[in-house]
Amino acid sequence: MSSLSATIQKIFNEPGCAKNANKSDAERNKGCAKQLQPGGAAGGCAFDGAKIALQPFTDVAHLVHGPIACEGNSWDNRGAASSGASIWRTGFTTDMNETDIVFGGEKRLYKAIKEIIKKYNPPAIFVYQTCVPAMIGDDINAVCKAASQKLGKPVIPINSPGFVGPKNLGNKLAGEALLEHVIGTEEPDYTTPYDINLIGEYNLCGELWQVKPLLDELGIRILSCISGDGKYREVASSHRARAAMIVCSKAMINVARKMEGRYGIPFFEGSFYGIQDSSDSLRQIARLLVERGAPCELIERTESVIAREEARAWATIELYKPRFAGKRALLITGGVKSWSVVAALQEAGLELVGTSVKKSTKQDKERIKELMGQDALMIGDMTPREIYEMLKDAKADIMLSGGKSQFVALKAAMPWLDINQERCHAYMGYIGMVKLVEEIDKALFNPMWEQLRRPAPWEEVAKNRQTNGMAQIDVQAVDVAADPETTRRAKKVCFCKEVDLGTLEDAIRSHGLTSVEAVRQHTSAFGGCCKRRIEDILTKMPVSSPPAMLQAAE
Amino acid sequence: MAIVTTPKKACAVNPLKMSQPIGGAFAFMGLRGAMPLLHGSQGCTSFGLTLFVRHFKEAVPLQTTAMSEVATVLGGYENVEQAILNIYNRAKPEIIGICSTGVTETNGDDVDGYIKLIREQHPQLAKCPLVFVSTPDFKDAFQDGWAKTVACMVEVLVEAPPVGVERDPARVNVLPGCHLTPGDLDELRTILEDFGLKPSFLPDLAGSLDGHIPDEFTPTTIGGIGVDEVAGMGRSSWTIAIGEQMRRAAEAIQAKAGVPFRLFERLCGLIPNDEFIAFLSDISGRPVPAKYRRQRGQLSDAMLDAHFHVGGRKLAIGAEPDLLFDLSSMLHEMGAQVTAAVTTTQSPVLERIGTNEVLIGDLEDLEELARTRNCDLLITHSHGRQAAARLKIPFYRAGFPMFDRIGAGHQLSVGYRGTRDVIFSIANLVIADREENHQPAPDSWRTSRRSLKPGRRSFVDATEGSMA
Repeated sequence: MSSLSATIQKIFNEPGCAKNANKSDAERNKGCAKQLQPGGAAGGCAFDGAKIALQPFTDVAHLVHGPIACEGNSWDNRGAASSGASIWRTGFTTDMNETDIVFGGEKRLYKAIKEIIKKYNPPAIFVYQTCVPAMIGDDINAVCKAASQKLGKPVIPINSPGFVGPKNLGNKLAGEALLEHVIGTEEPDYTTPYDINLIGEYNLCGELWQVKPLLDELGIRILSCISGDGKYREVASSHRARAAMIVCSKAMINVARKMEGRYGIPFFEGSFYGIQDSSDSLRQIARLLVERGAPCELIERTESVIAREEARAWATIELYKPRFAGKRALLITGGVKSWSVVAALQEAGLELVGTSVKKSTKQDKERIKELMGQDALMIGDMTPREIYEMLKDAKADIMLSGGKSQFVALKAAMPWLDINQERCHAYMGYIGMVKLVEEIDKALFNPMWEQLRRPAPWEEVAKNRQTNGMAQIDVQAVDVAADPETTRRAKKVCFCKEVDLGTLEDAIRSHGLTSVEAVRQHTSAFGGCCKRRIEDILTKMPVSSPPAMLQAAE
Repeated sequence: MAIVTTPKKACAVNPLKMSQPIGGAFAFMGLRGAMPLLHGSQGCTSFGLTLFVRHFKEAVPLQTTAMSEVATVLGGYENVEQAILNIYNRAKPEIIGICSTGVTETNGDDVDGYIKLIREQHPQLAKCPLVFVSTPDFKDAFQDGWAKTVACMVEVLVEAPPVGVERDPARVNVLPGCHLTPGDLDELRTILEDFGLKPSFLPDLAGSLDGHIPDEFTPTTIGGIGVDEVAGMGRSSWTIAIGEQMRRAAEAIQAKAGVPFRLFERLCGLIPNDEFIAFLSDISGRPVPAKYRRQRGQLSDAMLDAHFHVGGRKLAIGAEPDLLFDLSSMLHEMGAQVTAAVTTTQSPVLERIGTNEVLIGDLEDLEELARTRNCDLLITHSHGRQAAARLKIPFYRAGFPMFDRIGAGHQLSVGYRGTRDVIFSIANLVIADREENHQPAPDSWRTSRRSLKPGRRSFVDATEGSMA
């Protein structure tokens, strides 16, 4: 068993990571933990990442060892879906109090594990370490080991306290925990030449079920999905799969690569977002399985399924092309989605004005260039203010992004669509892409936008009055040049009482008036709407004016 | 009346409680141009942020000092300094509110000391108020974080009126508890203004999280009470505190500026609102406007119409102390039986709740009690949705967070009108439940009666047995 810092060091040396492979030795030693900026960071912590990666295991009890914040503020917040067990949605936490901090929380943790087994009896318990118990030195590895032995249940320590780094590191630490304690500890009931693992797929909104029927049709069995709709026993026996597909490349590359090393399971990186990608992924799965000994006819069958599904999807999307002509979309998301969705949107006739590349790898960026051309607007770090300006200036008609930036778009009265984890529609596979296009259509053509962008009637009136007033003054300025006396009389100064410039000037001259108040007394000017203008006239008048008046006018 | 108990279990299951720091940050969100900052690892902030965004469906300002493992060991001075400078330079806030978390309380960071040092090092911050509140995660709950933070704001921001300056008789401070929504605050503002009073709300979430669309994009809060207005609260003639949690803040204003206060423990229900309106009439010297006489009549009528449905209901309720006291008392007065009550933290109001026992526990406790005691109405925040689905009883969402319905910020419960709306909503849930699940049928009347009277189950069972 290695220490946490040693594990983190190993993750930083991940050879399967494209970003890492491009680094010099010195850079690599520094690790990838980008220095987080106090006062300027927004992402989740390593604990968050570990929990996201593992919580979709549906029959496992997920116990968070820490004070109330870590679980109390966050439980039941993910949209993953389960086909059976629901214990994964139950929030378990040791809710450490002051006494635990002083005397140590290990005993409480052990008792908590015991209580869960007694009350809920899940096939396994995952115990998540958090910052506070890590600081006070609670050894969760030891507690889990003791609990496993005494209580006869797998109790798995997930050592990923929040302060060791960002969410992404937590994903990988969760993967390490699986490799160390879970994978290969049980045997499947039976195996077939068509067994695969999906790694890094979380079944958000149940979107995996949009792809699974195709795999079922081809006779391909998902031996284990890590971790969407996964079961403990499945992942424990996942080492018997023939091939693996890694779905979200950033999250768990270490799991795929190490399973290849240990158990000889070849893997590829793919995606089910986008039509082309879905087809590529199906082809790759078939190819790898055939290479590992499955009958060759699998490839033909796969091709025919692909042809059928593609034709169906394109036929539906074709209908939207005329509606989307000339519409521009801005895509703010991470990793593979930055190009895999681009392809689908372009196919539907949308013009892409920009896509974010913040979390993308070098290859991701190359793919974007291929798709969008060399001058593609690749957005690195765009501040919310810049996005807002871009939308306000109507450089895009719709924004697709994750939930965090949604209000930037919505408050600019711009159509917006959620394509990250908080969304409530499933966009995976062929059906998913059609669904995405439908949703874009719904968002773009909602009649509501037109009403929302209209100013309130009183704002309209105010605006008109202002522009009319300005126009009037402009016209008058021209007239004054033409005929001094008549225009002097025609030029209204006080609009409410219809007093003209000539009357005012005469009054000022004859009475030697110096203030707005005095002008008001001698003429019928109201001094409200026209206060400013009267002040101007007073300053311009050739009559000698006392300095005090000048100051007041200023 | 009620005995307050704490369960002995080691594992909290389905927490009802949320942590103190985000309660504190929530209070800062009611200040204009504010940037709340949690001193802890970035997860502390990101979980809280997600929760607020899901509840309000609004952009929410909340920053982090992003403590790393090393910074936690060496002390967080540099992180606090950098965070404040970054926020100051980028977001141009009118105030920065800092709450500590479990991590930084465990290692014992002296943030008050840090702030002094930072002010010495960076004189440009002189005009930017920095308010720090100690809110460890491992103690107390959301409501306590809010209460402590508002008290801190008073201590730091409210100025004592200069000697000889007369108080403005129309000016009134309002200190709302964290269980009031932006909609509630707007309602209270209207009521106070109808009495010719000029209220200052601290904090004023109605200005920042009511969902209005700002003209300009701003990374800080888009509204709320300004720091200058808070400073002037010492010149008010009265302070109205709503919820027992606000007692400390009200006392702080009294101690600092000599403003007397009146604490209203609840504002949902007929009698509490009678007292409230009478008080306003008293301090303003104006008769009660006809509008409120009418609204009182409407509430009375709503109670008449609803008592058929609410009366006799067995209520299972899980909420923070002040909200628990408010809603359960109102329903108790409507004839419901408070059969299971679970809360998050200690409070003097708990023992006055109209029930035998109040448990400081979690939603597993509430669900278990509701099941064994045959409750037929559940009230708690959105995390109760799983329990409600399993119990198959009507579920009224109240409190924070409410992430699976929209309009959380405008759910009204104060005043005659707010009470009327709550009563209607709950009665309608009961009616819908009866129509969907408990339609009488020739075969079912006997069994459905059994579930209504579990106390006499043996008798009914025996009858059934003899019938069979």
